[in-house]
Amino acid sequence: MLDSLQRALIITRREVRDQLRDWRIFLPVILLTLFFPFLANFTTRQVLGFVERYGANILAERFIPFLLMIVGFFPISISLVIALESFAGETERRSIEPLLSSPLSDAQLYLGKLLASLITPLVAAYLGMVVYLVGIYRSTSWRAEPMFLVLVSLLTAVQALVMVSGAVVISTQTTSVRAANLLASFIIIPMALMIQGESVMMLWADYHVLWWAVLALTILAGLLVRMGITHFNREELLGREIDTLNLRWMWRVFKEGFTGNARSLGDWYRHEIPHSLRRLLIPIGWMIFLLVAGTYLGANLVTKAGISAGQLPLESLKIVDTQVMDRFRQLGFFTTSGVLTIWWHNLRAVIIAMVLGTFTLGAAGALILVLPMLIIGVFTGVVSLTGISPLTVLAAVLLPHGIFEIPALVLSGAAILQVGATLVTPHRRQTIGEGLVSSIADWTKIILALVVPLFLVSAILEVFFSPQLLVKLLGMG
Amino acid sequence: MIQTEHLSKQFDTFLAVDQVSLQVNSGEVLALLGPNGAGKTTTLRMLTSVLHPTSGWARVAGYDIVKEAQGVRSSVGILTEQHGLYGRMSAEEYLDFFGQVYRMSVEKRRKRVDELLQQYGLDQERKRKIGEYSKGMRQKLALARALLHDPPVLLMDEPTSAMDPESARLVRDAIHGLRSANRAIIVCTHNLAEAEELADQIAIIHHGKIIITGAVDQLKTHLLGAAQFEVHLGKSYDIHEHALPEGALLTGQGADWFRYQTATPLATNPAVIQALVERDIPVVGLFEVPRSLEKVYLQAISAANGDEQLIAAGDAAVQPGGEVQHAG
Repeated sequence: MLDSLQRALIITRREVRDQLRDWRIFLPVILLTLFFPFLANFTTRQVLGFVERYGANILAERFIPFLLMIVGFFPISISLVIALESFAGETERRSIEPLLSSPLSDAQLYLGKLLASLITPLVAAYLGMVVYLVGIYRSTSWRAEPMFLVLVSLLTAVQALVMVSGAVVISTQTTSVRAANLLASFIIIPMALMIQGESVMMLWADYHVLWWAVLALTILAGLLVRMGITHFNREELLGREIDTLNLRWMWRVFKEGFTGNARSLGDWYRHEIPHSLRRLLIPIGWMIFLLVAGTYLGANLVTKAGISAGQLPLESLKIVDTQVMDRFRQLGFFTTSGVLTIWWHNLRAVIIAMVLGTFTLGAAGALILVLPMLIIGVFTGVVSLTGISPLTVLAAVLLPHGIFEIPALVLSGAAILQVGATLVTPHRRQTIGEGLVSSIADWTKIILALVVPLFLVSAILEVFFSPQLLVKLLGMG
Repeated sequence: MIQTEHLSKQFDTFLAVDQVSLQVNSGEVLALLGPNGAGKTTTLRMLTSVLHPTSGWARVAGYDIVKEAQGVRSSVGILTEQHGLYGRMSAEEYLDFFGQVYRMSVEKRRKRVDELLQQYGLDQERKRKIGEYSKGMRQKLALARALLHDPPVLLMDEPTSAMDPESARLVRDAIHGLRSANRAIIVCTHNLAEAEELADQIAIIHHGKIIITGAVDQLKTHLLGAAQFEVHLGKSYDIHEHALPEGALLTGQGADWFRYQTATPLATNPAVIQALVERDIPVVGLFEVPRSLEKVYLQAISAANGDEQLIAAGDAAVQPGGEVQHAG
């Protein structure tokens, strides 16, 4: 382990030295380390002077820590450029080939480059933060809480790690810095959104949420590092000459994944679908857990939010009157078009979940599918306040269509999680593209063979039978 | 030292290397010839354990290229087609960095760096940034890097491409020197004259397959037939087939010269001269008609392509002075 680290550090030392000799990296680092903290200091003083005139001191209190985070973030944004240059740049210039022909292992090379991409920006970020804090202390005597400093330092470090590890994954899929820069928007846009969210939390002084952000970013960085280690290998780096979109190849991989060895539709249902389901066992388990957890969380939110029976018009809620059925009719229930609307709505949700899941390692896709159960949980929690048993409420809301809809949700969510898992833990002999196309083929297979028919049956039941059961179970009027 | 058996590499649907079997012993140089995209670089990358073969096996310096990749990489020096140097480093720093990568001690590194920089005439420029080096200097530095850890196996991809004649000569001389140091060397090149000069064995690769392999003279005999000799006479003389001794086949003639082919020059050539002298015809000179490796190469490639016109070029008459006249 120590030996591996020592060998990785050979690469790190060379690259850091190289960065410090490159004025395109060195100059911005110096500017962001020294100039920007002074600018932030100046801005803070101006803001303090301004808000003091109106007695809005709370704004100043929130503004100082917010700028501390921004002062730390600016230098680490360079880590993305350094990482793309270090990984994609070396591949493009072919200077990586002598290193790949050396006894260094893939992991040592990866670690060496990862550290090299992190060290300079992080040192610059921390120096900038020190410069800012010293300036602020001298001008306003403001001192940060030690835990807050730890929080901002960790946040800065994990953000840098996410950007660098993301950049490595991108670099392994391209042969040029230009292509890598274009793909880097997949990192820049989510990071920009993340920073905006963090800024809101800083201005809100809701620092415990930022600890959750540190945890989420650490998990994401871990996944990206794992992906990077898998894909930063000699075979992938040198086996790719140009970045081409080979549609014929993609279709072939998709077709192989979709049809497998089946010779007929019956054969496909008998052999290929059970085979795919077996592969999905673990994600299915996760999806069931998420749905149950989502429902429980929803029900708990009602208690956490402090909603009491007295705050709600529960008396009217308890009485499901006869007009309810008419209202259902007005909404399109008890009609064939209602079936098609609900069926298409569910399918559309699954497709959107898939698109989001592809870009978020499966997470956002699965969470979107958990959302209905969260809402049902909230509804159950609220209605339970009337004294009706939660199980009765759940049965009223979910039966009978839920018998088909929930398995469909579980299956589609599991297939999306599988896509994410393929990206994070790909096979050594499979490129990211190949793994992604294969898992999308698997997802399509599950959707067409099982989810579409399950949703159709569920929509029929939901439109024609569920309203009647709901009224029977909850109706008291 | 290098042995491959049915080595193949497939990228998606593209078969880059197809069942390549080679053997290169210590002290031998094999020139791997072939058009662009024939599979030369992919073969070298498999031999440095950078790419995994799809099928087949190979041993380099006694190590299996799949199971003992670290051993292979420690035993191989590679000169890549694009040298891939770091422009902001000096030659000294660059070689020292690779010395660390190859786990050489500080003293050994210093000694070896000094040796190599002197050997390749870069000693005076050791502190200069590599980015300021000429193309030839960079290639020499890349060669020094490949030799830094004194590897028993050396793989070179286009070692003199785009170099000026003087630098190319220096690199070729260096390769000659390396052969005598009991190394097994594979040189991929487009430069056929260079291959002929350097190599003990030639292997021609086309569409990933080795289409022919052997020593240069063997290939010439195999593909171009028996050697041809040209006789220049002191006066005009119309020679006929029957005027030549047994074993000599008349292949061309002019007013004061003629050419014949023979598989047994030791016996036939003195007999030809004797026959001419007996007829009082002065002989000005007798020499073997040069047969270039280019002809062998074209013949092999065209045979592999089934290209009749180019195959005919192999049978083309050679004019006095050695120029090839293509048929058709």
